[in-house]
Amino acid sequence: MAFNIKVNGNTQSVDVDGDTPLLWVLRDVLGMTGTKFGCGMALCGACTVHVDGVATRSCITAIESIGSSAITTIEAVGATAAGAKIQKAWLDREVVQCGYCQSGQIMSASALLASNPHPTDSDIDDAMSGNICRCGTYVRIREAIRQAAQSTGQGG
Amino acid sequence: MIRNHVVSRASNTSLSRRRLLQAGTAAGGGLILSVFLPFPNHRSQAAAEDGFAPNAFVRIGSDGQVVLTMPYVEMGQGTYTSIPMLIAEELEVNPQQVRLEHAPPNEKLYANPLLGVQATGNSNAIRGAWKPLREAGATARIILVAAAAARWSVDPASCRAQDGEVVHPPTGRRLKYGELATEAAKMPVPAGVTLKAPADFKLIGTPAKRLDAPAKVNGTAVYGIDARPPGVKIATLAQSPVFGGRVKSVDDAAAKAVKGVRQIVRLDDAVAVVADHMGAAKKGLAALKIEWDDGPHANLVTADVARELERATLGSGAVAQSIGDADKAMASAATKIEATYQVPFLAHATMEPMNCTVHMRWDACEIWIGSQAVARVQAMAAKAAGLPPEKVIVHNHLVGGGFGRRLEADGAVRAVEIAKHVDGPVKVVWTREEDIQHDMYRPYWFDRISAGLNEQGRPVAWKNRFAGSSVIARWLPPGFKDGLDPDSTEGAIDLVYDLPNFHVEFVRAEPLGIPTAFWRSVGPSHNVFVTESFIDELAAAAKQDAVAYRRALLDKSPRARAVLDLAAEKAGWGQALPKGSGRGVSLQSAFGSYQAYVAEVEVSKQGTVRVRRVVCAVDCGTVVNPDTVEAQIQSGIMFGATAALYGEISLKSGRVEQSNFDTYQVLRMNEAPAIDVHIVKSAEPPGGMGETGTSAIVPAIANAIFAATGKRLRKMPIDAGVLKQAA
Repeated sequence: MAFNIKVNGNTQSVDVDGDTPLLWVLRDVLGMTGTKFGCGMALCGACTVHVDGVATRSCITAIESIGSSAITTIEAVGATAAGAKIQKAWLDREVVQCGYCQSGQIMSASALLASNPHPTDSDIDDAMSGNICRCGTYVRIREAIRQAAQSTGQGG
Repeated sequence: MIRNHVVSRASNTSLSRRRLLQAGTAAGGGLILSVFLPFPNHRSQAAAEDGFAPNAFVRIGSDGQVVLTMPYVEMGQGTYTSIPMLIAEELEVNPQQVRLEHAPPNEKLYANPLLGVQATGNSNAIRGAWKPLREAGATARIILVAAAAARWSVDPASCRAQDGEVVHPPTGRRLKYGELATEAAKMPVPAGVTLKAPADFKLIGTPAKRLDAPAKVNGTAVYGIDARPPGVKIATLAQSPVFGGRVKSVDDAAAKAVKGVRQIVRLDDAVAVVADHMGAAKKGLAALKIEWDDGPHANLVTADVARELERATLGSGAVAQSIGDADKAMASAATKIEATYQVPFLAHATMEPMNCTVHMRWDACEIWIGSQAVARVQAMAAKAAGLPPEKVIVHNHLVGGGFGRRLEADGAVRAVEIAKHVDGPVKVVWTREEDIQHDMYRPYWFDRISAGLNEQGRPVAWKNRFAGSSVIARWLPPGFKDGLDPDSTEGAIDLVYDLPNFHVEFVRAEPLGIPTAFWRSVGPSHNVFVTESFIDELAAAAKQDAVAYRRALLDKSPRARAVLDLAAEKAGWGQALPKGSGRGVSLQSAFGSYQAYVAEVEVSKQGTVRVRRVVCAVDCGTVVNPDTVEAQIQSGIMFGATAALYGEISLKSGRVEQSNFDTYQVLRMNEAPAIDVHIVKSAEPPGGMGETGTSAIVPAIANAIFAATGKRLRKMPIDAGVLKQAA
């Protein structure tokens, strides 16, 4: 059946089964490939998007559960204050390697920063441990989140 | 954005000089200069046939854009940043001006000088490119200067190249490279070029920003799985859960009823569901009722494989290295120490699951993939498609994790088999479960090792016989000779230690019922664990400090001794740690680089191991991009620590027991150790860095556990049950 979903500020109409995960609607129906497939079971975080600002694993989020909630993806997270800071810190700290998991990492980190401008290391562990990076960029992810949090403190 | 830097190019482009010049003209922006690239070890037939032919690595357009046709792929190791630095250094341009194109499949033109085939692996991108690409940059610079000098009627020696321009300081005249490209194309190419002395490097050795980073943080980077040719359908698949099994029957009625499912493709040993999107394809797959004929390996368990390998180490093998007389020295040794070691099968579990998009037409086949070995993809896909290789067009993409998995073309072959039954393009995407259960695995290895010590505890004899799969024998058959290949033995022979009586044998023993492949850090992934654990055992048997014991054997290896000293100093070796904690050291010479690691671990009463900190000292020769070197060490450590703590693929009833990241665990943020990297300054040629950390960290962790608990772990992964303290 048809669903109207709000993605990055635009309302889109898609005709799929109600139990179709949001991930595939984004990637295959709407052609927004920035959000990645990693496991299909919410074990790796590669598919993370924001649903009303909350970091959400799109691979297990049925399209019928979204209703009028606002979805934000990696393609538009840079338009949010926290997302822009996180993306800048990611570039400054040279976080990425293969880069495949980084959309999800950035979505988790920017949701963390938006809700908690000054996360402790333990807050970072809690928010980020659901996101696997096979290239092992964790050291730099932590540094980048700390840097972005500092720029928050300076009102940047 | 990556799209500005990396353009996928079809493989059917002729690479002759004339064609490139024409293509440059046709592209509209002016003429393209193609540069003769002297390539040591280069067996270019094109060069031989035309006498004075370019091989199309570097082009400079009339807009001044420098285009490098890239023989290596980016899979996270930073190649797309460090390779342009080599050209830019000698060409006197900003590396940002160098645009990269994936090389189309062409073994003759793009073979990696060290591998002899077109592939990115064995940590050799920088090692292979180090000289030829600097020479290409220097050659281009010299003929651009010559073109400017000719136009001004001045002596080329009075001109200088800088920032993408040729300047004539006496008159202040200057011309941009783009303005000179057309004339430069007609200039004679110098026979030999002089490269910069290391002291004159402006870029090499400085941290450079990754060119691929912006696209990877804003979601625009395009991996193989992101390919979307018009009209593409999405397929996912179930392959025989037992290797070598076949499809007996399929009931697809329920699957066909799923909204969005278009077609079910039944192959001999797999079934695919083709749909409008992956959600429908997965739902369709779940609705299939497949009966399998499990075939000859239906009862296989891992213990069968281990037993076969153990038995193989009791016979004799091919002698990989023999120094002195190990048997004689062993017989007269004061103490004899024997041990066996085992490492398990491992999956690659790249974050981007296996995938391949194929459009089969009656007379041609087009492929979209992220591959470490595009020529292999082309050749094997052509065979599967029943077409000559030149009718198979391969578009290469960014690789969402390689680690050796994407040196294989099994995924492309499978996608072609499916695409033959589908009208229009189809993207075949492996579920994570299929990806893990139908990987080609890091081989299981079994080692039987022994040493004899003299009265002072110094090793006077060393014997090692190990058995396992030779990946080279399958992947690059000419590389396997007289029972040996250079990969299986790396890290087991040519040790840095002074061992006067030394004998190492390799027994090739291919496991039945499970395919093997290269896995990050390849041969050393097992050999360094064994040798560095065993040397630690010898130190303990001699009741000597693990660092001092190694150091006394390093008179002939000053580079190894320097990294060992540095790591020990920076780690505070010898300083007390709390009870339950320990420090372990490893020393490695592999891939042309030397490293010493000190790991600090904490072992709980329940036996769980936490790696707290790793201190690394590295001598990788000349450093091209120090930021990448540090990143690769951090990366290799996480990858190796994951293997040590969790990594195991096991078989039961012929089936891989692990399936997703719950049963095949990966180190996470909350478990990541702190990592200190110290790089030794060196003028030696660059060594490889993409894999070294993975092999070096495993014995450092195992040795640290020994220091913390007194328990020697000779089998990976770490078994918490063994380390658990009695209540």
